[in-house]
Amino acid sequence: MTVTERITAAMVWIIAFAACVFLMAPLVVTILVSFGSSSIFSLPPPGWSMRWYERLLTLRGLASSLGTSVEIAAASTLVSMGLGGLAAIALARGRFAGREAIAAFLTSPLMLPGLVLGIALLQAFRYVGGRDIWLSLLFAHIVITLPYAVRTLYSSLTLFDFSLIDAARTLGCSPTQAIVRVLAPNMAPACLTSAIFAFLASMDNYAVSIFFTNAFTKTLPIQMLNYVEERPDPTIAAISSLLIVLVLIFLLIIERAVGLRRITEV
Amino acid sequence: MNASSSRVDPVALLAAPAILYMLVVFALPMSVLVIRSFSGSSGPTIEAYTSFLGDAFNWRVIGNTLRIAFFTSLVCLLIGYPTAVALARSKGAVQALLLVAIILPLSVGVVVKTFAWQIVLRRDGIVAAFLVATGVWDEPQLLLFTETGLVLGAANVFLPFMILPIYSVLKLINPNLQDAAATLGASPAQRFFRIALPLATPGLFSGTSIVFSLAASMYVIPSLLIGDRFQTLATLTGRAFLLMRDERLGSTTATVLLVLSILIVTVSAWAVRPKGGR
Repeated sequence: MTVTERITAAMVWIIAFAACVFLMAPLVVTILVSFGSSSIFSLPPPGWSMRWYERLLTLRGLASSLGTSVEIAAASTLVSMGLGGLAAIALARGRFAGREAIAAFLTSPLMLPGLVLGIALLQAFRYVGGRDIWLSLLFAHIVITLPYAVRTLYSSLTLFDFSLIDAARTLGCSPTQAIVRVLAPNMAPACLTSAIFAFLASMDNYAVSIFFTNAFTKTLPIQMLNYVEERPDPTIAAISSLLIVLVLIFLLIIERAVGLRRITEV
Repeated sequence: MNASSSRVDPVALLAAPAILYMLVVFALPMSVLVIRSFSGSSGPTIEAYTSFLGDAFNWRVIGNTLRIAFFTSLVCLLIGYPTAVALARSKGAVQALLLVAIILPLSVGVVVKTFAWQIVLRRDGIVAAFLVATGVWDEPQLLLFTETGLVLGAANVFLPFMILPIYSVLKLINPNLQDAAATLGASPAQRFFRIALPLATPGLFSGTSIVFSLAASMYVIPSLLIGDRFQTLATLTGRAFLLMRDERLGSTTATVLLVLSILIVTVSAWAVRPKGGR
């Protein structure tokens, strides 16, 4: 290795290390602040306490907004996995024109501003007289979660070797057995990954949800945004820390089931 | 259309529910939004746009949007490319740690991270303390409510969307190419500019276009990190609908934002299109 190469290699590692610190910084800050005793976010905190976690129990609107978010995220993920799974099978196995265009269409909400989508849906729902907030949120969140389901399931189905199904048939499996024993175990990791990412995308969404919430029904990000704007204190950090732990648990599940490296492939 | 497509493949019907859903609940409302911004009391008109673009304030808003998106993409590109290179070169535990550092923040909500940046960017925050300690600043300054602070926060939130597309391209490149070029007498600079960089280009373009469109349409990050004095197309759209109840203005800014995003996606798709015949 020449000197230049060594210097570049060192630079690459220094920047990568700095990038990791940069990326993790907000999460570490959040967790530190949530255990601090000071109410003005001083870092390092003057002392440690659990008071912000205790306050969570009495915080108005938190439990109901968390409930709404989980319901919407679970229901929209379920519907998206169904619709998206069928579409992915059609795209991967079908022989018809325009498959790439259809895949691009079904995943296009990922590339468009969420706010614009929210406004378009607000106007549409108002036009058809849809007044139910829960249903409006669900319909809107399916549009947000479906791209994740289609993208991941489609790309892993194209990687699956379908001659294995034929092999299973030759070895005496019925069509159902072949699907349950060969295809399903192979697709389980992709299903899990796409479901988790769809769920998290729905849980985190504010740009679309903000148009469908009112004083009584809010999703968690909207409720948190309200807290931040009205009365910023480390209680928000406590909620955030719990969410970080939730995500960490999801990622551990993925790591155990698939390996994190697979996530970057989809 | 070819002859075989006249008979519909039964498997294709499985895609019908998803396509139908997205046509009715996604494509139709989006088209209506765009069409409505062109409708006037007496037939189609571009009056909403001429009045929007005739206002100097709105040009400043468009300028803000593009400038913030540009600097955010630039910061992400400068940090993201070397990080993706490190990720592609690493193995085992180091790679696992890098992946956790990238994917964990990616999966944590944007409100959570932006809230943390509010704390970090304060006058007595970590960044100010760091810059004073290293002698860059003589005394602590407020980074919150500045464009620099906004770019830092946005780059932090969107960095994973830069790293992952570049990494997915880099890991497919045959590492022997570099050695082969070295054997044939290419200098490190030549190898970088004639081999490493051109091969990474599709990843660089797709990462940059994703970050640029995300940064151009972000809403929560500017509203928490810079406030109302600074408007972008997205915050103006949100304000028009949620505070000012001015749907006409909101539809116009939303359409401008939509056109901008589609333009970015199309141009970058065109730039990385597979080139044949050479």
